[in-house]
Amino acid sequence: MIIVEVSSVSKRFGNRLAVDRLSLEIPAGTCFGLLGPNGAGKTTALRMIYGVTRPSSGEIRVFGIDIARDPRAVRARLGVTLQQNVLIEALSPEENLRVFGRYHLLREPELSRRISELIDFLELGSHAKLPVRHLSGGFQRRLAIALSLINRPELLILDEPTTGLDPAVRLALWSRVRDLRAAGTTVLLTTHYMDEAQRLCERVAIISEGRVIDEGAPGDLIVTHLAPETAEFDCAPEEESALFSGLSLPLRRLRVGRRVMIYLDDATSLIDHIRHRDQGDRRALVVRPTNLEDVFLALTGTRLEGQE
Amino acid sequence: MSVSIPHALAVWRRNASMYRRTWKWNILPNFFEPVLYLVSLGIGVGAYITQMEGTSYIAFLAPALVCVAAMNGASFEVTYNIFVRLTFEKAYDAMLTTPIEPDDVLAGEILWAVTRACIYGACFYVVLTLFGLIPLPSSLLVLPIIPLAGLLFAAIGIVFSLKIPNIELFSFYYTLFLTPLFLFSDVFFPLKERLSEPWLWVAEALPLLHPVRLARAAFRGEASPILLWDLAYLLGASMLLLFWARRAVRQRLTN
Repeated sequence: MIIVEVSSVSKRFGNRLAVDRLSLEIPAGTCFGLLGPNGAGKTTALRMIYGVTRPSSGEIRVFGIDIARDPRAVRARLGVTLQQNVLIEALSPEENLRVFGRYHLLREPELSRRISELIDFLELGSHAKLPVRHLSGGFQRRLAIALSLINRPELLILDEPTTGLDPAVRLALWSRVRDLRAAGTTVLLTTHYMDEAQRLCERVAIISEGRVIDEGAPGDLIVTHLAPETAEFDCAPEEESALFSGLSLPLRRLRVGRRVMIYLDDATSLIDHIRHRDQGDRRALVVRPTNLEDVFLALTGTRLEGQE
Repeated sequence: MSVSIPHALAVWRRNASMYRRTWKWNILPNFFEPVLYLVSLGIGVGAYITQMEGTSYIAFLAPALVCVAAMNGASFEVTYNIFVRLTFEKAYDAMLTTPIEPDDVLAGEILWAVTRACIYGACFYVVLTLFGLIPLPSSLLVLPIIPLAGLLFAAIGIVFSLKIPNIELFSFYYTLFLTPLFLFSDVFFPLKERLSEPWLWVAEALPLLHPVRLARAAFRGEASPILLWDLAYLLGASMLLLFWARRAVRQRLTN
């Protein structure tokens, strides 16, 4: 079953085309990532999916319901964590959850039961009664996610869930998202952290300037556009032809300033080759798995030079 | 899409749960303010005025100041407080991720502003009772006028709040709109004794004039046909402004 179906949706703000013929299909139970730099149109796309921004053209169905026709019915079944926390600072986490539960028309005793479940699930217990303004950024973010879960959503939308958080908090949040996935929740998230997308998402769509440039499983995108291994080192452009001469390997490479990234199935022979050329003064070489960051760079920023 | 009452009440309850934590401090000024006016103007200035429209000056002021209290209660809520919820707290962005729609936000906020107007107005009424300025039972008729005055000023204020780009402009609203209304709406002196005929017609446009006239009639227990016009103005202007506010809320919250 398809949970979110976006068909050729565009959004224009004045002269600016924020989203350009976006089409997406998110099957039930998957975690889907929208990747792109700030300003790529990710948040606008999300707002259209939960029905607060109206598309200029195109159609969106969520749970099979046309969002333009019945936004209430759709939003009753989903949860959204906005990029900016929308907590009531004077109230405690418990009271925030209570206010939010009422937006969904939850009543006692269900409301209190759900609040204590979420306080446990996001480990907010130690601070449940303190005013939110006294909580750390990590606590506030966890509470923001708790709010969006109050109605047991079938679809959870996370807009930049871990931006600005320290690594320990990010890891903890990722594990909560995995728990939700395991329990059958469909997740749609946006991020500009490629590692986050790679860890959490089965499928990602890479967005730049309002358009989907490519879409697929992270591993497949890496293999299609680049290769599983990356060798990375410094090398001046004029050095390059001498360094690579005599190599029979197909080389896909990307250059950012002096830094060269070379993508291959197996980096061993390339390293041997470079070490051999470099006799004496050995340059610093890094071999690492290729990641979505490379794919993203290849697809958007820097030109990908192929040498077949 | 039309208003869903349960969702509008959820918006109302959000504000109520915040007010509940601070009401003890918030409500005190609501009692002090009328005392200050009554002592300074009613008793102080009033000592030099033998009669105003056949009553003591303090008795002339009393019903009008109930309406001023309602106006202030509603206005503060739909100006500064709404602006804070809109821009800083992003409360409406949060609500719109749930089944709440812009119409529910508007209905809930207006209802809350009317609630605040009632709290202000009722406190004033209680103080007047302590001063022995409440003719019973006729003055009880002022009680339904309080929410009507609140509704009108909530509607005016919310349109203003949704249309202005920054919080500084509220000082214009207060000094160039609410303060002149306060001073020239029959509160301190009867306009009809000081203005010439054509100006009296212009004065009929002033929104505070109508609840004041109704409140004063209630205190005196006198009915007259002009009160129907006052009631029609209160309801008609509120409806028109709410219609406008509805469009403004949608534009502001969904784009």
